[in-house]
Amino acid sequence: MSERFFPDGMPQPLADAISLPFWQAAAEHRLVVQRCTGCGHMRLPPAPICPECRSAAADWKRVSGRGEVYTYTIVHRPIAAGQQLPFVIAVIALAEAGGVRIISNLVGVKPDDVAVGMPVELVWEDMSAELAVPRFRPRRD
Amino acid sequence: MSRRAHLAGVGETRYARWGKIGDVTEHALALEAIQRAVADAGLAIDDVDGLASFADDRNEAVFLAAELGLPRLRFANMVWMPGGSGACAAVANAAMAVETGQAEVVVVYRSLCQGQFFRFGTGGVDASAPPPPRPPTVQQATSLMLASLGFAMPYGMIMAAAAFALPTRRHMHLYGTTSEQLGRIAVTFREHASRNPRAVMGGKPMTLADHQASPMIADPHRLFDCCLESDGACAVVVTTAERARDLAKRPVEILASEQGAPKGMAFGHFTNANLPDELYATGGGEELARRLFGKAGLGPGDVDVAQIYDHFTGCVLLQIEDYGFCKRGEGGPFVESGALSWPNGSLPTNTHGGSLSEAYMHGLNHVVEGVRALRGESTCPVEGAEVCLVTSAACTPSSALLLGRR
Repeated sequence: MSERFFPDGMPQPLADAISLPFWQAAAEHRLVVQRCTGCGHMRLPPAPICPECRSAAADWKRVSGRGEVYTYTIVHRPIAAGQQLPFVIAVIALAEAGGVRIISNLVGVKPDDVAVGMPVELVWEDMSAELAVPRFRPRRD
Repeated sequence: MSRRAHLAGVGETRYARWGKIGDVTEHALALEAIQRAVADAGLAIDDVDGLASFADDRNEAVFLAAELGLPRLRFANMVWMPGGSGACAAVANAAMAVETGQAEVVVVYRSLCQGQFFRFGTGGVDASAPPPPRPPTVQQATSLMLASLGFAMPYGMIMAAAAFALPTRRHMHLYGTTSEQLGRIAVTFREHASRNPRAVMGGKPMTLADHQASPMIADPHRLFDCCLESDGACAVVVTTAERARDLAKRPVEILASEQGAPKGMAFGHFTNANLPDELYATGGGEELARRLFGKAGLGPGDVDVAQIYDHFTGCVLLQIEDYGFCKRGEGGPFVESGALSWPNGSLPTNTHGGSLSEAYMHGLNHVVEGVRALRGESTCPVEGAEVCLVTSAACTPSSALLLGRR
């Protein structure tokens, strides 16, 4: 199991048939973004058809999880019992995914040091044997 | 004689801090507000043949119609938009109903008793609860909304204060907007509330230093950047010019209304990190604003007084830019100049105190105040005001009205 950043009581992902493959890949520590095979548009959250060309054909592109902080908030109220405060919610612009952005958390950083534009990398948090959640931390290389 | 839609009556119950109204049910409060608005118009309940509301209303029109004993219900309508995004849209839909002859007298209502249900901002999640009995896993989403929230909730994105912090933080990064500038908005609306006997925070003055000392909730949102959570109800009556002509109060014309969302907005920042870059640090309402002013043949310079949806101070600032009261990026200096202050600002805004200081009624109280502002009944009256802008929640789908006294 990975290092833990958030307690078990955090809200658990909810998924339907469209979005479940994201979490199935996550369980194997693969961050994937839905890609339209018609026009190449990347979309997150996943959706049944492409909002650009309306093609229903899509696959899942694996990305490294490198990116940068697009915006963020530092939250001082707990979501779950035993949670460390404050915690950082950030919007990450993913480098290899046509700039597609993902909502996640920044971990391993002092909240005061967070800034827009900060380079980040992916870190997986295994919430259980079945659930891994992608978080991000400042890039180390 | 014209079927042009007018606002003929407004009313509300007492407003209180969230959870403080426990002796009356939420739907009973709705009935009280509806009755007051109808009485204010000089109409009888039997004249009402339509009811309209907006997202998440627990008090379904068909039940309220039965409880009120309406002789007939011809129009029952609710807007598909999150939370306070649809208050103005509900009025617009009521206006369409009376203008097209679907109904004669439509009441738009909102009632909130959070203590009797769950508190907004928690999403029904109890932060003190023990961890789940089974290991965390992926759960079946039972709605499209929940499937979308699956990309927010695991990260603790539940509070509105956090979601709406994201565009505001981006605005601060791009344009140098400061917490003090946001605080100026909160302090101004509190000053307005101090003159309003209905305002929940009427007796609680606030200085900029108080704002800066208030606890951080979701940076950059301090406590005093966040709207209140309130119990209470309010309602407005929409009818035709012909019907409104001989009623108790001078009717207020709906000069223009607009509702909607730019491409890809969905539920706004709760679920959507992928708004186009040029839209991200805005309220998302620029195009809506252009359509609204275009319909009325007016521009931002024609607005005498504004009631701008204030879920958070930053969203007020973004909307001021959306509606063209200043250039993009200049909202900070604009509010710092005192522009929003009654009586001397160039754009007296939220003359009732807004959601930050009067009450949190999902913005329908902003429509109520818009009517009062043009009747000369506001406790911060803008002399000679002829045009009032009213907006609903921004950084989500949104809606807006231009109200007029002619």
